[in-house]
Amino acid sequence: MSAVETIGLTKDYEVGFLKKPHRALDHLDLEVEQGEIFGLIGPNGAGKTTTLKLLMGLVFPTEGEARILGKPVDDRRMKAEIGYLPEQPYFYDYLTGRELLNYFGQLFGLSSAERRSRADELLAKVGITSAADVQLRKYSKGMTQRLGVAQALLNRPRVVFLDEPMSGLDPVGRREMTLLVRELQGSGVTVFFCSHILPDVEQLCDRVAILDKGKLVAVGRMSEILDVSIDTIEVVADNVEAELEVKLRPLCRSLERVGDRVRLSCAEQADFDDAAAELMQGGGRLLSVTPVKQTLEDLFVRKVGEKAQT
Amino acid sequence: MIRVGYIALNTYRETVRDKVLYNLVLFALLMIASSYILGKISVYQEVKIIKDLGLAAISIFGMAIAIFVGIGLVSKEIDKRTLYSLLPKPITRVQFLLGKYFGLCLTVLVNVLVMTAGLYFLLFLMSEPFEPALLKAIFLIYVKLTVLVGVALLFSTFTSSTLAGVFAGFVYVVGYFSTDLKNFDSVVDTGALPQITKALYYLLPNFKNFDIKAPIVAGDIVPMTQIVWATAYGLVYVSLLLVASAWVFQRRNLK
Repeated sequence: MSAVETIGLTKDYEVGFLKKPHRALDHLDLEVEQGEIFGLIGPNGAGKTTTLKLLMGLVFPTEGEARILGKPVDDRRMKAEIGYLPEQPYFYDYLTGRELLNYFGQLFGLSSAERRSRADELLAKVGITSAADVQLRKYSKGMTQRLGVAQALLNRPRVVFLDEPMSGLDPVGRREMTLLVRELQGSGVTVFFCSHILPDVEQLCDRVAILDKGKLVAVGRMSEILDVSIDTIEVVADNVEAELEVKLRPLCRSLERVGDRVRLSCAEQADFDDAAAELMQGGGRLLSVTPVKQTLEDLFVRKVGEKAQT
Repeated sequence: MIRVGYIALNTYRETVRDKVLYNLVLFALLMIASSYILGKISVYQEVKIIKDLGLAAISIFGMAIAIFVGIGLVSKEIDKRTLYSLLPKPITRVQFLLGKYFGLCLTVLVNVLVMTAGLYFLLFLMSEPFEPALLKAIFLIYVKLTVLVGVALLFSTFTSSTLAGVFAGFVYVVGYFSTDLKNFDSVVDTGALPQITKALYYLLPNFKNFDIKAPIVAGDIVPMTQIVWATAYGLVYVSLLLVASAWVFQRRNLK
């Protein structure tokens, strides 16, 4: 049984005064296995949040269907087994952090003792114990985000949906979030998250799907969709005289002077070997050599760019 | 059903932590208190004035709370996006709506009880004996307010707080002139207007059914059957309003 499955999931919104139909999501077919960390990425308006809203039952599909843990998205027993952090979450600002967790714990059917202990445990985990009894209207954006994570984990969910979980977090918070997601995976929880911050997705996800204008443009394991072979070799050198520069130029994809140094990149290993030999012979000094692989960002820009041209 | 209770209690907590509510209650109590002064300048009419103004204050400020808080019950949750983290919890949309409805009814009840206590306290200061008949009028005011909460809730499920307020206010005012709507064809009998007013008469609640303030203050006996029928009428109306609210809200996309 898949953790999440969408079959031909489509959503049209009516926009403007004339209620012109706009397709926010177009026949999305996805399957997320249990225990994996799955990332959904795409530019603004790609349909990421719409996908999550459809999965959470906040909006209804125009076509197609979605299932979580094999059950329809409005199944109440299934909802007891999932957690959700909305994008830029906003909670009842008249409640304190502890009261909010207690209230949501009641809705999950947790006992009073369980609610208390779970709230203490989670507030400590997300680092806001000191603000536990402060009304949420006094919380900063980062603190609200942390509380949002806590409420998403309240019921020890089997599947967690995180919409832009790193948003509003400082670098320390982002690091903690990364560790938390890894910890969740370690305990068998499926994590489905949307993010704009591609290095985080690349670092965390087992599999990733790229959405653009509501359509799926790529999906697969990181190792499958990213070209792991070396794309270019970047070299930084100094003591490169003008005569040596002339000899190096045909071997390089690019060459630029930065102060008294030269930065060059070679497309092939053979070109790099020749360039290195020329440098040695010409009195140049090799300062650094960096093999560059394709990043998720490169793939993302290429896929979204390809689609824009078609 | 227990989850409806939790949502209702949270709605109650939301309203009692809202400063607007205290302003309204304070204003209502001041109005009840001021009836004491008005009573003093009305020769031999002190007690009647206090009862009249006291019951009117309970009705008017109860209406203000029901409408001003009620119109935001759902729309505020959508505008502020608090609903996005609530609905994915193991609750249904209907449970959410019922929780919001009963939560506000509880708030209105507590406020009506506070204002009732204020009115009786004033009568006690006037050395008036305890008069249980007033409770009949107050009970029907409360039934009316529960209908009004239902009206505000219904509008809140599909429109903004401002528009919901305008619509709910319209229903309240027109609901008081319900009988005039029914007899409108005796004034104008051409065109579609009489049909429209007749349709409004059958569609909108007749709030006069709940108004027994005048006979109660005058000391007339209001038969129990009238109160039972008015309550039954209110319950039927509330049920219809809740069904309509659920029907609308279950289809609403929360963009």
